Parts: sequence; structure tokens; C-alpha cells
Amino acid sequence: MGRSQAMARERDDRFGPAADDTGCPILHVDMDAFFVSVEVRRRPELRGLPVVVGGIGRRGVVSSASYPAREFGVRSAMPTARARALCPQAVFLPPDPPAYAAASRTVMRILQDATPLVEPLSLDEAFLDVAGAARLLGRPVQVAALLRHRIATELGLPCSVGVAPTKFVAKLGSARAKPDGLLVVPAGLVREFLQPLPVAALWGVGERSAEALRRVGLRTVGDLAHAPIGQVRSAVGSAAAEHLHELAWGRDPRPVDPELVEKSVSAEVTYDTDIADPLAVRRTLLALAGRTAGRLRASGQVGRTVAIKIRLADFRTVNRSRTLPNPTDVAREIFATAWSLFRALAPADPIRLVGVRVEGLGPADGAAQQPALGAPAHGWRDAETAADAAAARFGPAAVRPASLLAGGALTRQSSVARGARTRGEDSVSQGGDSGGPG
Amino acid sequence: MKFRVERDALADGVAWTAKGLPARPSVPVLAGVLLRVTDNVLHLSGFDYQVSSEAEVPVHADADGAALVSGRLLAEITKALPGKPVEVAAIDAHLELTCGSARFTLPTMPVEDYPTLPALPERAGTVDATKFAAAVAQVALAAGRDETLPMMTGVRLELNGPSLALLATDRYRLAVREIEWQPDQPEVSANALVPARTLADTAKTLGPLGGELVIALAAGAAEGMIGFAAGDRRTTSRLLDGANYPAVRNLFPASHTAQARVPVAALTEVVRRVSLVGERTTPVRLAFSGDGLVVEAGGTEEARASEATEASFDGEEPMTLAFNPQYLLDGLSALSEPTAVFSFVEPGKPAVLAPATEEGEIVPGYRYLIQPIRVVR
Repeated sequence: MGRSQAMARERDDRFGPAADDTGCPILHVDMDAFFVSVEVRRRPELRGLPVVVGGIGRRGVVSSASYPAREFGVRSAMPTARARALCPQAVFLPPDPPAYAAASRTVMRILQDATPLVEPLSLDEAFLDVAGAARLLGRPVQVAALLRHRIATELGLPCSVGVAPTKFVAKLGSARAKPDGLLVVPAGLVREFLQPLPVAALWGVGERSAEALRRVGLRTVGDLAHAPIGQVRSAVGSAAAEHLHELAWGRDPRPVDPELVEKSVSAEVTYDTDIADPLAVRRTLLALAGRTAGRLRASGQVGRTVAIKIRLADFRTVNRSRTLPNPTDVAREIFATAWSLFRALAPADPIRLVGVRVEGLGPADGAAQQPALGAPAHGWRDAETAADAAAARFGPAAVRPASLLAGGALTRQSSVARGARTRGEDSVSQGGDSGGPG
Repeated sequence: MKFRVERDALADGVAWTAKGLPARPSVPVLAGVLLRVTDNVLHLSGFDYQVSSEAEVPVHADADGAALVSGRLLAEITKALPGKPVEVAAIDAHLELTCGSARFTLPTMPVEDYPTLPALPERAGTVDATKFAAAVAQVALAAGRDETLPMMTGVRLELNGPSLALLATDRYRLAVREIEWQPDQPEVSANALVPARTLADTAKTLGPLGGELVIALAAGAAEGMIGFAAGDRRTTSRLLDGANYPAVRNLFPASHTAQARVPVAALTEVVRRVSLVGERTTPVRLAFSGDGLVVEAGGTEEARASEATEASFDGEEPMTLAFNPQYLLDGLSALSEPTAVFSFVEPGKPAVLAPATEEGEIVPGYRYLIQPIRVVR
């Protein structure tokens, strides 16, 4: 995505749809400007225009920008205010997470028609292993073309697909194919494909590692591949060094794992102005607990550990977590823990951002709920499930805790931050709200 | 300050005063143990503003005086010393400790910076130390460990005339033990919510000493402090705010529709074995019927285990309940009698565990209430 823009734009025939896909069973399917595409689908008059989806408050952040908007330099994760300055004529839209989640489900369903080996990375991208689809659907390139065709015609959404022998090369391939393209990295050309790229193209190399590698003279993947391992170690430490060295030679043994599910669910809010009032934070925590619990229930999961994230006015960020005696998907319990953590922290300085995260996830079905002694037979969980049903019918504002009425903590603070997906090794541990830049 | 002391007496006294000291104290002196010698007695003190501990140890003193040293370090050193008399001397800013041919030099902290320990509150009465320690152990295991509900991390002591009741619950199970004690005022009626961990540590150390344990409680609940003293040891602890402690005794059902009697040791082993297939909170299912008891864990897709064991069941219908295995094992471990009696109302309602003799006769004084897990299908 963002990174792909820096890469060569010319379509190279060596990597075109006619290239040899033998030994390339891995597909990386990545939706193009996903949130924007979903918006454009329901408002066709926006097609071809610069469109930006993002927080529209004072401190909102761009979640997704259409390709025409990107022409003006608009990028995801950029402050919306900056995007406005770069491209004042763009259409700015607030995010509609339920719509994106629904669209995501339809995409994943089409992918799962091809193979059960689908590993969703986030709302808008997934890995597939199509080795087993050969007899039914054909070679990997044919499967990739079929999926692109179905997603475009049935859902009206563009996507790009990378076909490669390994996951991370497939991901680089889809990035290079964007927008609305298909790219094959034949097994015999992996090194030629990889080694001219900057080291930052490798999974697990962020800005700091890239800088550290650059300092020891390693700028491209090829430099890294041919460098003595000691030189790489001195830059990034020994564990990362071995791993990067393997990646630089195109070796990535990780299989596509459909069981790899979210490791945490989180939601956070950046205030339009820093706040010092603990009661305002309390309302925010209540709303965020409701949101995380709702998503846990929607995905059929329960979590054991509740964490809060507090960013102070000076950008110092504090995280606190506590493991519950029993896993939960109940907003009231998540809130009680989050509020207790916040009170223990009692930050003296004004607060810029508040987040709630639930980790240690497990499946809720068949799972066991440990009610409290003396709890009514129909407890908070039932009440919240009923609220879910009401919200599904009448909209998210249908049922809310009383302290969130009259403007509600979250509606006033319009900028609902969508945490950026980690680019590193752990990028599969999607933060829940992190749909990732579309 | 200079004295000679028996190694065991010193090690025990230091261990008692150093046990609750914070690893990262708000002020450095609070990580210290204060040694003060007067009249051939060594007074040891430890204090972290929540809990204070003191001990007295007879010594041969060459010179009175005081020194403040790291409690953890001193406790580890004294524990590791050979069984020989220990010579201790404060020299300049150091404490010198010699035992046999081992010699230690520890830095000291300024004694004048050390806070004054709270006085022991007014004496309320006495209790048999061994019985009290056993009762605390039976109850403290049901207390919460989760600071989200601070009230649940305490053991509630209810002093009513000659009866001393201990209660603790983490909301999922509730343990109640009633024992006798000797109040100084026969009509006493008071209660106190004591941090469970502090109480358990105190009882564990004072119980084996035997004899009488003095319970000291500040007269007004507002004072918020409790004290315990036995032999030459004493401790004080701040109380938790228990003003809104729920009326948990009401949670015990008034009657039951079925009862089962199971040997404690056998059931403990079965539950331990069967619960190996699940996570910590994966329920174990107990199916009681006229044929006995079947314990099961695991689901259809995952690993499964089941085992039958003997049980006598008295009820119209078979009774199947699911429990958090640790909650069940905690209850069984606290029974201190050979037989466990389960009393049931219905599968979704809390079950009561009570200890009974070999013949199945309930031994009054202890009850453990446990909320079954609801299995959603």
C-alpha cells in the first residue's frame, strides 16, 4: 500500500499474468483503498474523485484515500487537517466501520469459495494457499484472476493480488500490482524481484531497523542478503538478523494458517482537545468497553486480559493491563477493570488519547460463562446481547448506558482513531479496530 | 550496637519482620528492617505504611543501639547462615555480621529517617493460634486477587460474642468458617475486613507457634487497623473499607433438593486428572446419580477426559453441574475431613460443600459455596 507507491510503477512482463506460476501456491489478496471503495460503491458519483475517509475532527487521521487523492500526496495515517491542506477539493467522509466489516465478510466469503486455507490479515487483506484448488479452479494465476473478477463483478470492489512461493513475497507482489492488478513472482525470479528493493520492504523492518541497517551500509534487500550475518547482527540484534537474512533470500517457511485469528480487540479515542476530567475519561472508557465487548460478541470470542492505553498531552503513552479471573465479553466487566486500572494510574496531566484493549482471546462458543454468586439468571451479558440485537435493528445509538446519552462520549469526539496495523512480524495480531489503511 | 544471638532466633525474627516489605518502596528506608537493642533484647521492626511487623529476640548485648539495613538482604543472609552463634555489630555506616568463619558487611540507612510504627490497637480478645491459622487458610483461598474489586481481596472477620466468623469471596465462591474465641468483652460485636494475603501470611507464621493469639481491633471502625500478637511477635495491618460488604451469608440456599457424599482424597485426584485436558478455566462436569459420580472435561473437538468415582447420592433426579476446576479443588482442599458433602438446589444454582466424617456426618463450622459454570451450547 503506502510503500508500494515508492516502488517501480512500470509493469514488468517477467512478473505479468503470463509468468510461470509453478511452485507459487500463495496468494495475497489486498483490497484497493478499501474504505473509500466501499463508500464509492454506494455513492457512484464519487468515482474518480479525490475521496478521503478518516476522522473529521480536529485531530482526525486519514484511514483511507482514493488514488486520485493520493495524487495530491494524501496518505493513510496522515492527520486529516494535513490532507485537507494538500487536497482541499477532496470529499472527506467519516468512517463507517459496520459497512466496512460487512463488505469485508462478503470478500472473505468469496475467498473461502476458492480454498478453506484463507488467513485474513485484517478487514481488507488475506493470504490464500491455493495449491489444493488446482483441479477445481486451475493454476494459481487462474485462481487469482477468477477471484479478482468475482470481487469486481459481484461486489463492485477493486483489489490487487500477488502470486508467489511464500507469504511475504506474495504480499510484496500485491503491493507492486496496485491498483487493480495481478502480479506473479515466479519461483525462479524471487531473488531478482526482492534484492533491488529497499530493506524496509522486508517484514519486520520498520523505520528504526531500516535506519540501523543503513548505518552499517545495508540499503537494499540484496545488500542484506550478501552481507556477513555478523554485520546484520550488529545492526538489528541476533534474533532479527537470522530472520531477515532468511527473508532476504526469499525464504519464509510460514504456512497460510486459517486458525490465525485476532489476538486482541481494541478501540481508542483521540480527544479533540486534551482533557483532565476523570469523569469524562470514565465515560470514554465506558463507551470503549461497550465497543470492544460488542466486537467480541460479534466475533464469538471472549478475552482474559483487559488493558488500557493512555496518551498524555506530551505524547507519553502509558499501558496498564490486568488479567481477569474468568474470560469475558461483557462490557460491564471490561469497563470495571479499565476504570480500576485508570484510577490506579491517576495521571496528573491532561489526556490526549484513551484506548481499551482486550487480549488473551478464545472462542466463546461452547464456552463457559462463570456467573457470579447471586447474579440474576439473566445478567449483564444477556442485557448486552439484547442491546446488540436492538443495535442491529435500530442502529448503534438504540441502546446505550445512561451516562453516554446526551451527546454520548464518542459522538462528540468525532475522531475515532483506527490504530494502524503493525507492520512487523506480529502484523497478524490485528488490533481490533485496526482495519488498516484501505 | 553490638550483640551475640542464636542463629535460628535471629533468622526467624528477621524473616517475620521482612516478609511483607515492598520490593520497590516509595521511600528507601521502608525496604529496611530496624534493629534496636536495649536490655539484652533485640527489637526488630518492618513497616510499609500498610502493614507493620515486630519481633523480639533475646540477645547478649555488649552495647545498646540501633541500625537500619535492607530487610530482604538481611533475611536471605540470616536464613543461609550456619547453625552457630551470630555476632552483630554496627560500625560507622555498616552492619557487621559474623557467624563461624562467615563475615558480612552491610550498608546501613539513617535510623532517624525511619517512621514510627503504629501502636497495637486495643486488645479485643484471644484465640487459639493453631485453630485460627487453620481457619484463615480455609477461607483466604476464596478471596479475590483482582484489585478491580478491592473489597473482595479481604477476609471479613465477624466478632460476635464467643463466635469468630471468617468470610471471603471473589464473587464466584464463598468460604465461611466459624470458630470460638475468647473476647475480652462478652457482648462484643465488631467486624473487620483484613487484606487476605496479609492475614494468610500472618496466620501461617503465628499458627505453628501455638498458644494464644491476641486479636487487637481499633474501637471505632474509622481507625481502620487490626493487630495480632503471639509470643514475641506482633503485626498490625490497615483494614480494607468493608462498609458496603454485601450480606454474603444470604447467598447460602435455605434448603437443598439433593445431596452427594464423596471421599475428598479420591475426588481431588479425579478432578486433577480430568482437568488436565482443559485450560485453567475450562469447566469440569460432575454428573451425580444413583450409580455414583462421573467427572468429565473437554469438548467434542478438543481433548476429552472422563472418570467415574464412588459417591453416594440422595436425590430424586440425577444432578449434573459444571465447575471451574480450581474453585472446586480449592473447596475440597479446605475441608479437612475425609468426606465432602455437596448440597444442591438445581444445576444452575450454587452448590454447598461441607466437610463430613468418614461415615458422612457433617462437621459444622465450615461451608464453601460455589457457583456453577453455565455452559452455553
